Amino acid sequence: MAAQETETMQERESVGKRLWRSASVPVLSIILALVIGGVILALSGNNPIAAYVALLRGSFGSAEAFGRTLEKATPLIFGGLAVAFAFKAGLFNIGGQGQLLIGAIIAAYVGFAFDGLPFIIHMPLALIAGAVAGGLYGAIAGALKAYTGAHEVITTIMLNYVAINLTDYLADGPWKDEGIIARTPAVLESAVIPTWGFLPFGFLLAVLAAIATWYLVYRTTFGYAIRTTGINPNAAQYAGIKVSQVIILTMGISGFLAGMGGAVETLGVVGRYQPGFNLGLGFDGITIALLAKTNPLGVIPAAILIGAMQAGSSQMQFSAGVPFQIIDVIQALILFFVSADIIVRKVFRMRETGGEKITLSTGWGS
Amino acid sequence: MDKTANPIVLEAKGITKRFPGVLANDKVDLLLYEGEILALLGENGAGKSTLMNMLYGLYHPDEGEIWIKGERVELKNPRDAIDRGVGMVHQHFQLVPVMSVAENVMLGSEITRGGGILALSEAERRVRELSERYGLEVDPAAIVEDLPVGAQQRVEIIKALYRNADILILDEPTAVLTPQEANELFRIMRELTARGVSIIFITHKLKEVLAVADHIGVLRQGRLVGIAKPETSTEASLAEMMVGRNVILTVEKDEAHPTEPVLRVENLMVKDDRDHFAVKGVSMAVRAGEIVGIAGVQGNGQRELVEALTGLRPADSGHVWLENTDITDFSPRKITELGVAHIPEDREKHGLVMSYSLADNMVLSNYYRPPFAKHYVIDRDVINEQGERLVKEYDVRTPSAQTPAGNLSGGNKQKVIVAREFSRPTKLLIAAQPTRGIDVGSIEFIHNQIVAQRDRGVAVLVVSAELDEVLGLADRVAVMFDGHIVATLDAADATRERVGLLMAGSVEEAVG
Repeated sequence: MAAQETETMQERESVGKRLWRSASVPVLSIILALVIGGVILALSGNNPIAAYVALLRGSFGSAEAFGRTLEKATPLIFGGLAVAFAFKAGLFNIGGQGQLLIGAIIAAYVGFAFDGLPFIIHMPLALIAGAVAGGLYGAIAGALKAYTGAHEVITTIMLNYVAINLTDYLADGPWKDEGIIARTPAVLESAVIPTWGFLPFGFLLAVLAAIATWYLVYRTTFGYAIRTTGINPNAAQYAGIKVSQVIILTMGISGFLAGMGGAVETLGVVGRYQPGFNLGLGFDGITIALLAKTNPLGVIPAAILIGAMQAGSSQMQFSAGVPFQIIDVIQALILFFVSADIIVRKVFRMRETGGEKITLSTGWGS
Repeated sequence: MDKTANPIVLEAKGITKRFPGVLANDKVDLLLYEGEILALLGENGAGKSTLMNMLYGLYHPDEGEIWIKGERVELKNPRDAIDRGVGMVHQHFQLVPVMSVAENVMLGSEITRGGGILALSEAERRVRELSERYGLEVDPAAIVEDLPVGAQQRVEIIKALYRNADILILDEPTAVLTPQEANELFRIMRELTARGVSIIFITHKLKEVLAVADHIGVLRQGRLVGIAKPETSTEASLAEMMVGRNVILTVEKDEAHPTEPVLRVENLMVKDDRDHFAVKGVSMAVRAGEIVGIAGVQGNGQRELVEALTGLRPADSGHVWLENTDITDFSPRKITELGVAHIPEDREKHGLVMSYSLADNMVLSNYYRPPFAKHYVIDRDVINEQGERLVKEYDVRTPSAQTPAGNLSGGNKQKVIVAREFSRPTKLLIAAQPTRGIDVGSIEFIHNQIVAQRDRGVAVLVVSAELDEVLGLADRVAVMFDGHIVATLDAADATRERVGLLMAGSVEEAVG
């Protein structure tokens, strides 16, 4: 009995340790970024305490504020999942922005053009159409990588430009609303994603997507193939995994997640597609994925954090007179410290965690 | 001509170099006399390149001293070595393909007209001068990528001479050359030594050594096992020194009872990564219940052969049959599903995912099949149970089956692969370098496991650069040289001398 107890104690300890090991750098990065942000605020003649209090109030201070935080976090979760998922296969999807835009405009189109459908069909249809469109768009970069070796970073950046201009054209051309503003018509009532009290239904979808992504990565055979390909493509090939297939499917699913983020934003927040409304969401996904250390479940708190900053920034500007751009600075500092984690380790005198080191080269001599 | 009367230009005394888990050089002593060609002979992994990289300042010895021209030196980087007249031509050329010969030669020590403007014509003049003096024919204005390999190598040599090198290290210079180009290189080497340059020439080709060297140093497993003179050496004697005979590993096994052929290979041609033929028409068969060993110096097509048999590399032409199925160019997964087990040559590159647990690594080739997965969902409990069972069964020394594979020693990593590959029903086992770089205890264990597979009626193909391993395990020995199986001998006829000669490509002597 006693022996068994110590064993479970040890296990519990190691779980806590493991959690700290993976979360310590992001948490300390946030603290460090807030401290430096505070210094910048003080140097520019603001009261950092007042600014941060206002930020907190604007993001978590009331049910309404919290609802706004969750609303901001929703597309960020999708964007973060898209990037994190691709990372699992060793792919760096910079194209979340483009995939999100395609998802947003296709969802808008299905939302305004398909009249006479009941909510139970129309909303899911618009949502899935946007996600699938984003997925197909993402799969283009995957196919280019698998068949021609073109690097996904380059192709997804280029495809972002294609998506921006394509959606601009559609919103100002064939799918343009009446009037002078370049935007699609508003989606029909039957396609709108509702909000229950302060809780946006889209946020629940995002959390479900995160759980599903985690399950896919860690509990399915396809997830095993993805992770093996990401860590050691040679071993994947040896194991009979079709690496090119994995790459295309991974980019497709990554694009599906980003596209769903765009669709949720269109159907739940903006209500239509309007150029310029979603810019930046896809890029924030990179910050969030890195902050979450590419863990799909870690994406949720990371996105809530960034969402809170964005939601609280107007309150901060309004009541503490601090320009909202400081939030961009803090966000950039967080990303900076998470990527250059060696700085965080130095500042907090942390020891290098073993077993996670990246090997830059192997072998030696003849 | 005896050059031992000449002054000593370079001396290594008791050089030792360790890498994690490997003793790359063990108290190596080496002497280089002025104007001589010292050949350094050894199998891959014997420590030749490590030693040379220390003489060139790329690595630092853990113990021992380096003396150059009567002076003890500490070479912190290649610049230090170059300043003392040491030049190195690497196996993989360090040239900028889009630049001209003259630009490449002066790269890093550019001549300028002042104000940072390059004096290209001056550089070209000096390249021409060097190429005329040493008979190194090359056009200074040519673009490097347009030049044949032999000419690119001459550019590398000129680069070293341009920096006033009088000690030249040539790392496997003939590996990339055609026989004609190699002969041209030997002529240049003699020309250079006649003008006072001293050369260390790294190779594992015995004929070349006998043709050009003044002295021959033989390295084996990091130790200098002897210095020979070409006049008193034969290919057989050098092969013996190179492969070693003191560590004869005996494998206990009964006589084989082979039955029907399981693997049949017919006229197989396979290209390597550089698009050259590495396997040049191999035909062979492995029967159920026998072990066929492929002996050969590494780089004679064994890797490409194994990769083609296991679906990792396309065959250019020819056929591979597994029993009655033509499996030529089948995918690795299909080949595995047909009952082929594969212990890959490079366990860290192909065999394992270092950050995965042992349990996860043990399902690498069948993670998607029941009982490990049902309807695309992985059953962790079953995977972990198998992991724990195999860890016990195969005596893997590890804290648990959840330990990441990367934390294990080489021998235990290999046991994990063996456990995985032997844990499913198998008709054919292909084991490439199954015991390379692992401890003696693990070697014995793995050898016994391989023999046990044979006795269970599995057809076994063992490929190894360790001659002892092949001779110890195999019921039949096939010798591979230059992409061909040059001979297949019954174990009883496969003496070390005979196989050693065949490995060196001397078919006539071995047969005669």
